[in-house]
Amino acid sequence: MTAIIVVHDLVKNYGDFCAVNHISFAVPEGEIFGFLGPNGAGKTTTIKMLTTVLDPTSGTIRVNGYDPVHERKQVRRSFGIVFQDASLDDELTASENMDLHGALYGVSRRERAKRSEALLQLVGLWDRRNDFVKQYSGGMKRRLEVARALLHQPRILFLDEPTIGLDPQTRNHIWSHIQTLSREQNVTVFFTTHYMEEADRVAAEVAVIDQGKIVAQGTPSFLKEQTNSASLEGAFIALTGHGIREEEPSSADRMRRMARVWGRRR
Amino acid sequence: MGAPAVRAIYILCARQLKRYARSPARIVGSLGQPLVFLLALGFGFGATFAKAGAGNYFNFVTPGIVAMGILFTAVFSGIEIIWDRQFGFLKETLVAPVSRLQIVLGRVLGGAIVAMIQGTVVFLVCLIFGFRVERLLLLPVAVVFMFLISLLFTSIGTAIGSVLQDMQGFPLVMNFLVMPLFFFSDALFPLNGLPRILTLALRLNPLTYGIDGLRGALGHAYVFNVFTDFAVLLIASSIMLSIGSYVFSKIQL
Repeated sequence: MTAIIVVHDLVKNYGDFCAVNHISFAVPEGEIFGFLGPNGAGKTTTIKMLTTVLDPTSGTIRVNGYDPVHERKQVRRSFGIVFQDASLDDELTASENMDLHGALYGVSRRERAKRSEALLQLVGLWDRRNDFVKQYSGGMKRRLEVARALLHQPRILFLDEPTIGLDPQTRNHIWSHIQTLSREQNVTVFFTTHYMEEADRVAAEVAVIDQGKIVAQGTPSFLKEQTNSASLEGAFIALTGHGIREEEPSSADRMRRMARVWGRRR
Repeated sequence: MGAPAVRAIYILCARQLKRYARSPARIVGSLGQPLVFLLALGFGFGATFAKAGAGNYFNFVTPGIVAMGILFTAVFSGIEIIWDRQFGFLKETLVAPVSRLQIVLGRVLGGAIVAMIQGTVVFLVCLIFGFRVERLLLLPVAVVFMFLISLLFTSIGTAIGSVLQDMQGFPLVMNFLVMPLFFFSDALFPLNGLPRILTLALRLNPLTYGIDGLRGALGHAYVFNVFTDFAVLLIASSIMLSIGSYVFSKIQL
């Protein structure tokens, strides 16, 4: 299988603070890949660099064969993204949000209407397509965002904590949609989450990042074996707890802790 | 820029118009202030103005009131970026495969058209209360000036909205930028016979030329002339549009 995302020796510094510290990984095409880590580990920073909104300090990235720094447009056409927090226009209807997205991505009007119908049917929002988004529940908004992210038929779908703040029913619902979509349209899924049982269930492979470094990578069962844990959550705590226990707090660690308090997103 | 670029600009522009058309509360709400000014000043100063031999104050102040409607709506349209940032929609546009310039042009154009429509609504209200257009043939000239004023202030709003992170700074903008721009223009009083410092302030304010152009087109005498007014306004709005686009292109998520 060929890799659709390749990251080599990636670094992002904010002044003295190193948010992402020489990480390398590859995501095979068509796979559901989980990117896990505690708050402030560098997950969102990495996604920002993969999705062209933040330039790396050093290192190389290839997304669908393109460089996010120099080939922004090609990279942007290659992926769809569901952000950590909402990104819909509440004053427009679901259909209009879909249509606007399609137009921004250069999809023709006829094609927009066709794909929009198919995707809204798939996520179960077709009957509510003419309702304003402000009348939607949190779960419905998420489903709409997933559908919208796929409208321009991307090869990769980035999901930054797609199920945060949702009840278990809605979470299962969303994941089953994502799994179906990934299978049917051969879309590679790159996601972050704090729900370990979710990652265990859906991800073919996961990488665990802590304090800007990747501390483990492999299938969920491999990680469990490696750490002698019954669950992925156990493995996660064994892996990310390890670094904190072993090291003396250096000035860099204090900086990181401050950054965690002040800059939630890093 | 090819067809896809135009499509992106068009769809973002259409979005602004849809949002405007769907909030009648906003349309009626932003009529309130110009209406109060029109009625209180237009009729209140009428007698004094006529006694001073300066003519009909209501007719004089109407272009200023129309410009007021445009000014407030336009700055507000530009500043809406802050809302889009807070509600997250801005991100959706910034990761799309379109340039920042296309995004900002779509936004500014949409905001300017909205402001122009709002100005037209104010103008219609002025007609109801007794304003008479002297030369109907010059109405297209008035429309051009209304558009340029809209463009100028939507661009200023866009530049401010790109820099401000939240709505906390909004009163600052209103009280230290928009209000002075309005009051230190020829909206409410004629340009001649003022203290020197006030004359200077008025002459440095691009809105003065916009209102002068509008007033001329609606049948009053020009202080400058239509070409000066047009040139100053065109240059000012080009500069502000460039600044707005530049600041917008530097937004970090």
